[in-house]
Amino acid sequence: MSQSDRIDQRAAVLLDEFAMFDDWVDRYQYVIDLGKELTAMDDAYRTDAFKIQGCQSQVWLQPCEEDGLVYFKADSDAQITKGLIAILLRILNHTPAREVAQSDLSFLDSLELKEHLSPTRKNGLDAMIRQIRLYAAAIEAKAIST
Amino acid sequence: MEQVRKDFPALHQTVNGRPLVYLDNAATAQKPEAVIEAIRSYYLNDNSNVHRGVHTLSQRATDAFEAARVKIAGFIGANSPREVIFTKGTTESINLVAYSFGGSLSAGDEILVSEMEHHSNIVPWQLACERTGAVLRVIPVLNEGELDWEAFLALLSKKTRLVAVTHVSNSLGTINPVREIISEAHQRGIPVLLDGAQALPHSTVNVSELDVDFYCFSSHKMFGPTGFGVLFGRERLLDAMPPYQGGGDMIEIVDFSGTTYNSLPHKFEAGTPHIAGAIGLAAALDYVNYVGFEFIENQEKDLLLYATQRLMSIDGVRIVGEAKQKAAVVSFLIGSSHPYDVGTILDKFGIAVRTGHHCTQPLMKRLGIPGTVRASFSFYNTRSEIDQLETAVRQAASMLQ
Repeated sequence: MSQSDRIDQRAAVLLDEFAMFDDWVDRYQYVIDLGKELTAMDDAYRTDAFKIQGCQSQVWLQPCEEDGLVYFKADSDAQITKGLIAILLRILNHTPAREVAQSDLSFLDSLELKEHLSPTRKNGLDAMIRQIRLYAAAIEAKAIST
Repeated sequence: MEQVRKDFPALHQTVNGRPLVYLDNAATAQKPEAVIEAIRSYYLNDNSNVHRGVHTLSQRATDAFEAARVKIAGFIGANSPREVIFTKGTTESINLVAYSFGGSLSAGDEILVSEMEHHSNIVPWQLACERTGAVLRVIPVLNEGELDWEAFLALLSKKTRLVAVTHVSNSLGTINPVREIISEAHQRGIPVLLDGAQALPHSTVNVSELDVDFYCFSSHKMFGPTGFGVLFGRERLLDAMPPYQGGGDMIEIVDFSGTTYNSLPHKFEAGTPHIAGAIGLAAALDYVNYVGFEFIENQEKDLLLYATQRLMSIDGVRIVGEAKQKAAVVSFLIGSSHPYDVGTILDKFGIAVRTGHHCTQPLMKRLGIPGTVRASFSFYNTRSEIDQLETAVRQAASMLQ
């Protein structure tokens, strides 16, 4: 299985799950519930240095690395935002850095969620994705140089 | 009521499959057909530049533009149209005073603002203080959202050069005791600027009766077009102030050996003004007069009471801002839920509210909250819309808690 297939497969499972809901209340409730299951981040990372700029709510992102795979812990003071991060991380966590840095996140468009997001939320989501890719690229560069 | 709602075309649409419930009037009000038609008619028939042309169109445009000034002056009770300066909005009105009046500040002078000010009545003064060495002093706000009166009196001193406070708080709806503020300041010879952006749409404001020195407001919150606003200034003060921006229209004679400036109000209006803005605002004031402040005040008082009562009946909902005198603004929180999440769910119900700090970060810091959900009403809102708000807030509460 190629690595890109791995991300695509995770996305497909998620899309299937969302397809089960026919109204927005259930879909949003599921996003909120996913957020509640997000792995807690270390308090030491809840600082301005790890805060993502461009979100109306506060979002912190902690990059981690294990056995050549990157994963992230995150938190937000807003529940829907936290749920959106949980979705992103479910797809991207525990993946080689190069893969994350170059990931194609088009699945978000078919989630029928992005279209329900306000422009400020879209900007916030874009900012999160950008930061995740930057961290992954930095981890990959470090791996190559050592 | 139905007739009034018919006058506002934008109210009649669906959002996310539901009828729009527009409760973001403190951000901007919807426009009645009469305003849209006045702007359209100006561009269709009279469009040309003002003050300079000898041709018929220019004279028609100039007449309409200056007639708007006369109407606005009358509406707010100014002594003369010369006291009515056209600006881009409240923000520019305050910046004009902060720059031009603020230019005469010296190191150690004090400007007094309050903790509940919009950023547009804080930052221009911080800039003026940076330029001059003056100091910004802040009247604290009590838990209910009222000014700390004793602290205000204690802050007035021989060094105070201006008191600049909001007439009505955009975040909490608090109506400040502006008559008393002006009286106390004037007893000490201190002029007062009022940010009237949130006051004028809700009740009669008469600058002469108030005896206020500067009064700022925006057209777009007053059912007129965006990008247009007014600075009322006492003629004696405006005369003594240097120009704010240089350019066409604000000059008398330009010569490289020295330029002389036009008289009031044109001294402060450099460049081609927002002609359609003035005409649109004049039409909006006509419309407000036609509806009448008696109807507006009664309707909004009822909406404020009803909304407060309905929201307070929901478990976990807390009203932020419980001043005794309030305009039709209800800020609230659901438990510890982020206002942003609540606003997102309300939008799914077709309900437009504002979430966040409402450009009053110091006030939010004082109250120890990241922001609020703010429902702000206009006379065209209905009890039935508040019922829909209640339904949506109950849904949000059950999803988020």
